Amino acid sequence: MPDNGLLPTPSQTVGPFFHYALPYAGGPEVVPAWRPEAITVRGRVLDGAGAPVGDALVEIWQADGTGAVPARPGGYKRAGHGFSGFGRCETDAAGAYWFSTLKPAGIGAGAPYIAVLVFARGLLKPVRTRLYFPEDAAAHGTDPLLAEVPADRRGTLIAEREEDGAYRFDVRLQGERETVFFAI
Amino acid sequence: MTHPPYLYPGYKSTVLRAPARELVMPKLGPDSVELTSPVFGHQELGRLDADLTKQHAGEPMGERIIVTGRVLDASGRPVRGTLVEIWQANACGRYVHLGDQHPAPLDPNFTGAGRCLTDDEGRYRFVTIKPGAYPWRNHPNAWRPAHIHFSVFGTAFTQRLVTQMYFPGDPLFAYDPMMLSIPEQEHRDLLVARLDMDTTEPEWALGYQWDIVLGDTPMED
Repeated sequence: MPDNGLLPTPSQTVGPFFHYALPYAGGPEVVPAWRPEAITVRGRVLDGAGAPVGDALVEIWQADGTGAVPARPGGYKRAGHGFSGFGRCETDAAGAYWFSTLKPAGIGAGAPYIAVLVFARGLLKPVRTRLYFPEDAAAHGTDPLLAEVPADRRGTLIAEREEDGAYRFDVRLQGERETVFFAI
Repeated sequence: MTHPPYLYPGYKSTVLRAPARELVMPKLGPDSVELTSPVFGHQELGRLDADLTKQHAGEPMGERIIVTGRVLDASGRPVRGTLVEIWQANACGRYVHLGDQHPAPLDPNFTGAGRCLTDDEGRYRFVTIKPGAYPWRNHPNAWRPAHIHFSVFGTAFTQRLVTQMYFPGDPLFAYDPMMLSIPEQEHRDLLVARLDMDTTEPEWALGYQWDIVLGDTPMED
């Protein structure tokens, strides 16, 4: 506890009406899709009955291909060549979201990953998770955070490669194969 | 912890959306990316983003208000230059959103979305109109107390906060599952702004003060 004991402001749900305020042009394009090294990340947010969550907001934050995390402004408006590290995408009626971004490099002993936050009506506070990449299986063995996840649930954090090369990462809020969420 | 639980059945949408498994709590905390946060600059914001009463040709209907306060970390230090985004219903309790079709009028002069960066003291400031209460379908005769939605970044992705600010003395608090989802009354009170006559501008707008405290900054070097 801090010495002066300031209490953190409680979280409240993002609710169903954020769409005209939070999403912005280019929000899902952490880098433009035309960049040769761009990757696509896509997936769905699903509830405990397996139904799509059509009013979620997904945010990602990540390092670039050298393991550097952007420290300069540019989250909203970036030049065509810029890498902001931050992306925001609302889900559609099918619960689907997407990002165009770069494959990050790992930092230290960690495997490459993308930090993922999901807000939605019905979530009184966001869920926090991570997307790891299927081709980094060796690095997963030394990742300090994955080491703390029960082995039988680690698979929920690893994206799947689709035929077109995109990475699929579904977020299951509850139920069978519930995604691992972190208290961080 | 001041936050509500994920599962609060009084708010029906939590029932199928609340994670059921225990969260994984890393012993050492996040180790890299989550210790930093996206940074936003003034050049990314519009000139009128912080004055929701000036975003259209005419003035919106309703009670003009000033909402301001500081974004602080858990040690009381200002969080400077961080992005604060808000959105709200109009004075009649109607959102500019296709999902809100209840029979209250839209206001052609009010969208209800704003953004600003905190200054060197961690202060944000918006001019807007007081939003109205509105009905929702959570249970029979369910009404939300007037509120403004806030989204704040902070200095680490772990501090990212989305919440709602309420107005003092609202009689709907006692019936609102969002407010009641927070277990302790003392913590619910943290979401209620304070009417402040020093912020109020004579013949112009009532002023409200509301500070936002972000969770512990992860261990620093």
